[in-house]
Amino acid sequence: MNKIIRFLPLILVIALGVVLYRGLSLNPAEMPSALVGNPMPNFALPTLANPNGTVTKADLKGDIVLLNVWATWCPTCKYEHPYLFELSKDPQFKLYGINYKDELVAANEWLTHYEDPYVFSIFDKDGLLGVKLGVFGAPETFVIDHHGIIRKRFAGALDLRVWRKEFEPLINQIIAEKQAGK
Amino acid sequence: MMLSRFLFFLAMLATSTFMVSTVHAAPVETFQFKDEVTKVRFQALSRELRCPKCQNQNLADSNSTVASAMRLELYNLLVEGKADIEIVNIMVSSYGEFVLYRPRVTSLTYILWFGPALLILIGIIVVIIIVRKKPATKESLALDNKQQEKLNQLLQRDSNVAASNKASPNETKQEKE
Repeated sequence: MNKIIRFLPLILVIALGVVLYRGLSLNPAEMPSALVGNPMPNFALPTLANPNGTVTKADLKGDIVLLNVWATWCPTCKYEHPYLFELSKDPQFKLYGINYKDELVAANEWLTHYEDPYVFSIFDKDGLLGVKLGVFGAPETFVIDHHGIIRKRFAGALDLRVWRKEFEPLINQIIAEKQAGK
Repeated sequence: MMLSRFLFFLAMLATSTFMVSTVHAAPVETFQFKDEVTKVRFQALSRELRCPKCQNQNLADSNSTVASAMRLELYNLLVEGKADIEIVNIMVSSYGEFVLYRPRVTSLTYILWFGPALLILIGIIVVIIIVRKKPATKESLALDNKQQEKLNQLLQRDSNVAASNKASPNETKQEKE
């Protein structure tokens, strides 16, 4: 008994070391979204194409909606842009944009210059829709299912590798759920 | 001469402090509050809420895009007349518990809230155990009969040796040489 007590501090230090060492390899930017499993929040905002009108949640039509948060001040958005354009050709889902804390003219120029992958881009100048969605920065991509429930939030650039790993299984799952009548 | 130099130095110091303070005024928005209470509530809440992008800064500290959007949302909610707790709930519903600098007491955060108290308690218990053991060792310092007898024998023998040395000092001297 006495011997075990003598080794107790050593055992505790080793346990603490293991816990802290594991912490080194965790990515603090990878935060779980509070909104996954909740419905898409309501909003009424203009679009880039029509800065005087408003669109709402009901305008996000499509069985599966991809919502991509982007801005002209965000270099990673430029990186993922060509892949978003590829995605926009896929008939399984519709791609919408949220232009986040940006300027109207610059954003519209971006879309003319690099081609427009979105059905439309919501113009979230003050970032308030972003706050409702729990957006940290750009780019971020949300997946909304046929019931209007947010199924995924992904922070970072989209490319083929990320798509195959993070999105494709979920899209297939939602399609299967829909076919099963859920 | 010395005085003018000193004044010049003071002036330089004053300008440099001023410049530093203007550079550090990070958040740029200006909000108009209807009364002092709302202003104080805004300041308190923006210190309580964490910026999700720069995780060791609160909303008042950070000038990241998301923090400025969240400050605006905070302001709008205050203008709408929402209570502090409602505002906190709204922020938590979009950013999760993580957004609170003081996490709420839930089964997930028990270890955060009660861990330190528990550790202190364990420490106190350990100290009490150690302190209680001490008197027992003091008692055992006193010799029992058997040990006392042995000690007496040893002392007796020692004094015999000393006496015999005294009796023949030359012998010892020779030994030393």
